[in-house]
Amino acid sequence: MEDCIQTILDYGLRSQGIGERLLPRSDFTLCQQFTLIGSGMIWNIYFGVVALITGFFFATALAMGKAARSAWLRKPAEWFIFIFRGSPLFIQFFFAYFLFLSLKSVHPSFSAFTSAWLGALVVLFLNTAAYSAEIFYGALQSIPKGDTEAADAYGLQGWSRFRRVIWPTMLRLAWPAYTNEAIFLFHATTLVFFSGFPATQQRGDALYYANYFADKTFNPFVPYPILAMYFIILTLIVITIFGAVNRYLNRHLPQDRRAKIKYRPQVIR
Amino acid sequence: MGLYWSFGTVLLLLCITAPVALAFGFGGASAARSHFAPLRWFGKTYIALVRGVPDIAFFLFFVIAIDQGIEYLRHKVKCPDWDMPVRQGNDFVVCAAAKMPLGNSPQFYHEAYGFALAVLTFAIVFGAFAANVLFGAMRAVPHGQLETAEAYGMTRRQTFWRVLVPQMWVFALPGLSNLWMVLIKATPLLFLLGVEDIVYWSRELGGTKTPNFTDYPHGDWRIYYFAFLLVFYLCFTRVSEIVLDKIMARLTFGQATSAGEAQRKAGR
Repeated sequence: MEDCIQTILDYGLRSQGIGERLLPRSDFTLCQQFTLIGSGMIWNIYFGVVALITGFFFATALAMGKAARSAWLRKPAEWFIFIFRGSPLFIQFFFAYFLFLSLKSVHPSFSAFTSAWLGALVVLFLNTAAYSAEIFYGALQSIPKGDTEAADAYGLQGWSRFRRVIWPTMLRLAWPAYTNEAIFLFHATTLVFFSGFPATQQRGDALYYANYFADKTFNPFVPYPILAMYFIILTLIVITIFGAVNRYLNRHLPQDRRAKIKYRPQVIR
Repeated sequence: MGLYWSFGTVLLLLCITAPVALAFGFGGASAARSHFAPLRWFGKTYIALVRGVPDIAFFLFFVIAIDQGIEYLRHKVKCPDWDMPVRQGNDFVVCAAAKMPLGNSPQFYHEAYGFALAVLTFAIVFGAFAANVLFGAMRAVPHGQLETAEAYGMTRRQTFWRVLVPQMWVFALPGLSNLWMVLIKATPLLFLLGVEDIVYWSRELGGTKTPNFTDYPHGDWRIYYFAFLLVFYLCFTRVSEIVLDKIMARLTFGQATSAGEAQRKAGR
């Protein structure tokens, strides 16, 4: 027990570069595996949360763009969504990494982009924006006609029409699908350190450490179930938070018309 | 040359994995519907577990786990008088005759074995997703149809094969086509499983220095190779989209769904 507290103190923030420099090399204890993989989860949560929040606003803009009547707005939005939804995230990571590498040689201000904390975040941000935009676009298309007609009847126009009628309804309709998108964004964060982006000084995410242990012990039956446990907990937390937001968005509706969140993933991106 | 072959590898993987995963999915969905409780629990756990955890974790896990499982079984059969434990600290030790593939077999067998493991892993993971889709589709078949079959005195098995299965495909197709797209996009993960696929070769050939060739006459071209891969996948997705739309239109024809109704009105 004493040992384990010491291990947590030593390795708890290892993924951020705080604590022991060297990873354990032999005689791995369960406690070490739990601590290090958990420490790696910090990266997964960081990537997921930041990409989700920033991507949300961009996705709204993209969805409005795709629904716009002017071809100058619609075409770029359509192409953006198609490119990011049509190609594997894994290839996008690789491509972005080498793109940033060659940009770095042009101008040194790009050097931050070649490290995972910013470069991978940009890719995840663009990727989740494209996926969410498609969801939001679908919701925009299915806003009941009566709602917009009522807005017109009240004389709402432009921004206030969008802010008070269209946007809340779009969110309400899109929310169950958006919850799944959020869950899968968190799952996708595990790809970061397996693509081009290097883990400097072995500061990796949860899967990076799980893979490290599996390689060293040649025993996949311990680290991967630990990783699975962490991710199931994370998924449950995401579902709880998004469920609360869903209740808030649906608060004005009668009980039986509220949209329920169903866990229906769209697998890999 | 390796790059061209690796496109073949990816296509071969898709060709083999799709039917195998569908078979797994069919098995999983039927198990989840079973009246025999342990079988039903097995089917439901299979579906739920694979969906709740990041898929790459599964890809990394299954490849080692299956490999070790096979070697362990062969070890038990071929070397019964081996007295040391299989797991010695950080090592997994089996006798030489149980190695899979045998240490002295040609390179081709090693690659083929690695590829087979990859296919099996893909099939297990995607089988779970397919099982989910098919399970939903089986429930979408109107219940009246099943009751009619019962009224005609069909047994449960007959109902399943003659009424439920033929009708569920229309309901399953949107989900399955989505799954096909996802499968295409999952193929670069082969790289993680140690198969020398297109990602591997793009990295090798595009770089300035590699272990195989010390120096290339060009700079860092990896960005162009990956741009090409990006375009390749985009085209592949687009073509699949068009083909699947055609199939859907064909299957919808004459169905009592709103899409079928729309087709009828359009006067097709």
